[in-house]
Amino acid sequence: MDVEVLSRIQFAFTISFHYIYPPLSIGLGLIMVIMEAMFLWTKDQTYSMMARFWTKIFALTFGIGVATGIVMEFEFGTNWATYSRYVGDVFGSALAAEGIFAFALESGFLGLLLFGWNRVKPAIHFVATVGVFLGSMFSAVWIVVANSWQQTPAGYHIVGEGMNARAEITDFWAMVFNPSSVDRMLHVWIGAFLAGAFLVLSVHAYYLIRNRHVEISKRAFKIALVVATVFSFAQLITGHHSADGVAQNQPAKLAAMEGHYDSLAVADLYLFGWVDQDSERVTGVSIPGGLSFLTHFDFEEPVIGLNSFKKEDRPSQVNAVFQFYHIMISIGMALIGLTALGTFLWWRGKLFESKWILHVFAWSVFLPQIANQAGWFAAEMGRQPWVVYGLLRTSDALSKTVTANQVMFSLIMFSIIYLILFILFIYLLNKKIKHGPNDKELIDVRTHQKEIADVIAS
Amino acid sequence: MTNELSYFLGIDYPTWWFLIVGAVFSGYAILDGFDLGAGAWHLFFRKEESRRIALNAVGPVWDGNEVWLVIGGGALFAGFPVLYASLFSGMYIPFMLFLAFLIFRAVSIEFRSKEKMKWWTQMWDVAYTISSVMLAILLGVVLGNVLQGMPLDENHEFWGSWLSFLNPYALLVGVTTLSIFMVHGAIYLTMKTEGRLFVKVNRLLWWAIGFFIICFLVLSITTLIYLPHLSDRFFSDYWLFIVPVLMFLSIANIPRLVTKKKFVHAFLFSALTMSFALILVAIELYPVLLLSTSEVSNSITVYNAAASQKSLGIMLRIAAIGGPLVLAYTVFVYKTFWGKVKLDEMSY
Ligand code: HDD
Ligand code: HEM
Ligand code: HEM
Repeated sequence: MDVEVLSRIQFAFTISFHYIYPPLSIGLGLIMVIMEAMFLWTKDQTYSMMARFWTKIFALTFGIGVATGIVMEFEFGTNWATYSRYVGDVFGSALAAEGIFAFALESGFLGLLLFGWNRVKPAIHFVATVGVFLGSMFSAVWIVVANSWQQTPAGYHIVGEGMNARAEITDFWAMVFNPSSVDRMLHVWIGAFLAGAFLVLSVHAYYLIRNRHVEISKRAFKIALVVATVFSFAQLITGHHSADGVAQNQPAKLAAMEGHYDSLAVADLYLFGWVDQDSERVTGVSIPGGLSFLTHFDFEEPVIGLNSFKKEDRPSQVNAVFQFYHIMISIGMALIGLTALGTFLWWRGKLFESKWILHVFAWSVFLPQIANQAGWFAAEMGRQPWVVYGLLRTSDALSKTVTANQVMFSLIMFSIIYLILFILFIYLLNKKIKHGPNDKELIDVRTHQKEIADVIAS
Repeated sequence: MTNELSYFLGIDYPTWWFLIVGAVFSGYAILDGFDLGAGAWHLFFRKEESRRIALNAVGPVWDGNEVWLVIGGGALFAGFPVLYASLFSGMYIPFMLFLAFLIFRAVSIEFRSKEKMKWWTQMWDVAYTISSVMLAILLGVVLGNVLQGMPLDENHEFWGSWLSFLNPYALLVGVTTLSIFMVHGAIYLTMKTEGRLFVKVNRLLWWAIGFFIICFLVLSITTLIYLPHLSDRFFSDYWLFIVPVLMFLSIANIPRLVTKKKFVHAFLFSALTMSFALILVAIELYPVLLLSTSEVSNSITVYNAAASQKSLGIMLRIAAIGGPLVLAYTVFVYKTFWGKVKLDEMSY
C-alpha cells in the first residue's frame, strides 16, 4: 500500500479511537456539574455520592482521551506535513487557542476535581468541576472550528504557488465563524451530551434491574433522562441546520449523502438504501422528492447531483457516505423515540416498574457512540477528495519524506497499543460499575474534610 | 515571506513568537521534567507504600504538566508551520516512539493501583519507569538533532535517512536530559516525602547530581569540539558569556542547597538550570531554527518559517490573555496540593 492510503487509515483509526472518549468526558462533565449543583442546592448527600461515583468513571475516559489526543496533534506534523505548511497560518491560531484556553483550563482543574474531594470545600470543588467541563467544551470549539474551516474555508487568501502555496489569514473572526462552524459546533456538543447521558442511563438502568443502589440510581436516572430527552430533540434541529449548510456549501457532499447523481432530476429522501456506484442508482425506500423539498421547499425542483462534478472532484466512496449518514439519522430518530417513551412512562409513574424499558436503556449506550462515529465518517468522507475543500487535495497533503514502511510501522504500533488500551478501558469500566457508588464512603466525609483542612491550615 | 515585519517594543513578531515558544518549552521541561524524573526513580523504591507515595507525589499534577507539551506543539504549529512540518515528518520514528511511551506512561499511572495483585502493580511499575526514562531520552535526542542540524532540500524538507536521528551526539544530549530530569525529580520527591523514604530519596539525589555533572561536562566539551558553529556567537559577543556563567553558578548551587536541606531552593535552582540551558540553546541557534547541514541557505529560520504577521499578531494577543490565566491556575493547583503526600480513598 502507498503512503497516502496508509496515512489515511492511520489518521482515521487514531481519530476514531480518540473520539470514543471526548464525547464521554464532555457529556459526563455536564451531568457531574448538574449533580454537584443539586448537592449544593439540596445538601442531600445522595447527590454528592453519585457525583463521586461518576468522577471515577470520568477520570478513566478523560485519561484515555488525553493520551490519544496528543497523538492527533502530532500526527498533523508527522503525516500531513504539506497540509501543515499549507494551513498552518490559519489553523495554527485555532490550535494554539485550544491549548491555552481549553486544555490548560481542564487539566489544571482536573487534579482538584479528582483528588480534591476531601481537600477543598464543596463549593470550590464545584468550581473545579465547572472549570473542567467548560475546558472540555472549549477544546471541542477550537478543534471543530479548525475542522469546519477545512470544510468551508473563509477569511483567508492564498499566497505563493505550487509547492509553496499556502493559505494566509485575512480575517480572524471570519475564519472562526466560517459558514459551517456554528451549526457543527452545536451538533458536536449535543452529540457529546447524548453520549454522556446515555452512559449514565445505561449504568443506572443496570443497577435498577439488579436491584442495587436503588435510591441513588432512580435519582441519577431521572437527571440523565431529562438531559437525554432535551438534547435528542435538539439534535434533530442542529442536524437539520447542518444539512442545510451542506446543501449550500458542499453540494457534492449532500449529493453523496443521498446517492443523488442526476442534476436534472428531482431528489428523493431515503430512509434506507444501497448505492450502486457503477450504475449510479440507489435501491431502497424513499420519500419521492423529499430532498428537493428539504433544500428548496419544492417537491418538483431538481437538486445538484454528483454528475455535475468531474470524477476526480467527487467523493470516491459514495455508498459509504450514504450509509454512515443514514445510520446517524436512524439512530437520531431512535433516540428521540426512546427518550420520549421514557419521559412518558416517568410522567405516568411507571418508569421503574417496566423492566423491559430498563433493559432497552441498559443497551442504548452504544447508540450515541455509533451515531457520533458515523456522523464524522459521513462528514469527512463526504469532503473527499479534498483535505481543504476545493483548495488542497488529500493526495497532495502528505509528508514527502515519510515512507510507506514508516507509516506501516506506526500503524501496527498504534493498533497494538490501542487494542491494549481498549481492553483495559473495558475491564476497568466494568470493575468500577460492578463496584458501584460507595454508599459507606459518605458517613463521615465532613469530619474527615475538616481534619484535613486543619492539617493544611496549620 | 515578503510581507513587512511588525514590531512590538522594538522586537519583531517572529522573534517574539520564538521567545514564547522557548518559554513554553522551558516551562514544559521544568514541570514535566520533575515528574519524568520521579518516574525514572520509581523502581528504586522497593516497598509498595513508598511506590504509591512517589506516584501520588506527581498524581494530581502530571497531566497538567503534559499540557505544556500540547501547548508547545500547538505554538510551534501556529507560529512556525514550516518548522513544525519539517521537523515532525523528518523525525517520524522518534516522534512515534515518543507518543507510544507517552501513552504507556499515562496508562501505567492510571492503572497500576487499580488491582492489588503483585504481578499487576509490578508490571505497571516497570512500564512507568521505562516510559519515563525513554521519554526523557527521546526529548533529548530530538533536541540533539536540532542542535546539530539536519539535511534539508530547497523546500526545507528533510531528505536524510530515517535512522540518522540515532547518532552519538544526539544520544549524549538524550542521556544528559535524563540526568538533569533525575536530579530535578529527586529534589521534588524530597519535598514530598518523609521518614525512611525521604532518607532514601536524599541518598539517590546525590548519585543523580554526580551523574548529571559528568554528563554535563562531557556534553559541553563535545559541543565545543565537534559543533563549533554553536559557540560562534559567544566569541563574537563576549557579554553573552554571562549565560553559561550563570548556568554554572546555578548548577553549583544545587549541591550546596541540598547539603543545607533547603530543598525548595534547590528545586528552584534545578529549574533555573534548565531554563539557562534552553536560553543557551536559543542564543546558539537564533535566528536559525533548524540548520541545514547540506546547503546552509536551505536552513529554516525564524523568518522563513514564521506564519504571517497578521496571524502572529492575533496569537500574541491570545498568548497575552491566556498566559497569565494559565499561570494563575497552575499556581492555585500547586498550592492546593502543597506539602507531603497523604494517601486517601481517591489516590492512585
Ligand atoms: C481539525 C481537523 C480534523 C478534525 C477535528 C477531524 N478530522 Fe477527520 N480528517 C482530518 C482532519 C480532521 C484531515 C487531516 O484533514 C484528514 C486526514 C486525511 C484527510 O483526508 O482528511 C481527515 C480524515 C478523516 C477520515 C478519513 C477519511 C478518508 O480518508 O476517506 C476519517 C474517517 C475521519 N477523518 C474521521 C474523523 C473523526 C471521527 C473525527 C472526530 C473527532 C474527525 N475526523 C475530526
Ligand atoms: C483531529 C482532530 C483532533 C486533534 C488534533 C485533537 C487533539 C487533542 C489533544 C492534543 C488532546 C489532549 C489534550 C490534553 O492533554 O488535555 C485532546 C483531548 C481532547 N479532545 Fe481532541 N483532538 C481532535 C479531535 C477532537 C474533537 C473533534 C473533539 C470534540 C468534539 C475533541 C475533544 C477533546 C476533549 C474534550 C479532550 C480532553 C480529553 C477528554 O475529554 O477526554 N477532540 N485532543
Ligand atoms: C436526528 C437527525 C440528525 C441529522 C439530520 C443530522 C445531520 C447531520 C449532518 C448533515 C451532518 C454533516 C455536517 C457537515 O458535514 O457539515 C452531521 C454530522 C455529524 N453528526 Fe449528525 N445528524 C443527526 C443526528 C445525530 C446524532 C443523534 C448524533 C450523535 C449522537 C450525531 C452526531 C454527528 C456528528 C459527531 C457529526 C460530525 C460532525 C459534524 O460534521 O457536525 N448526529 N449530522
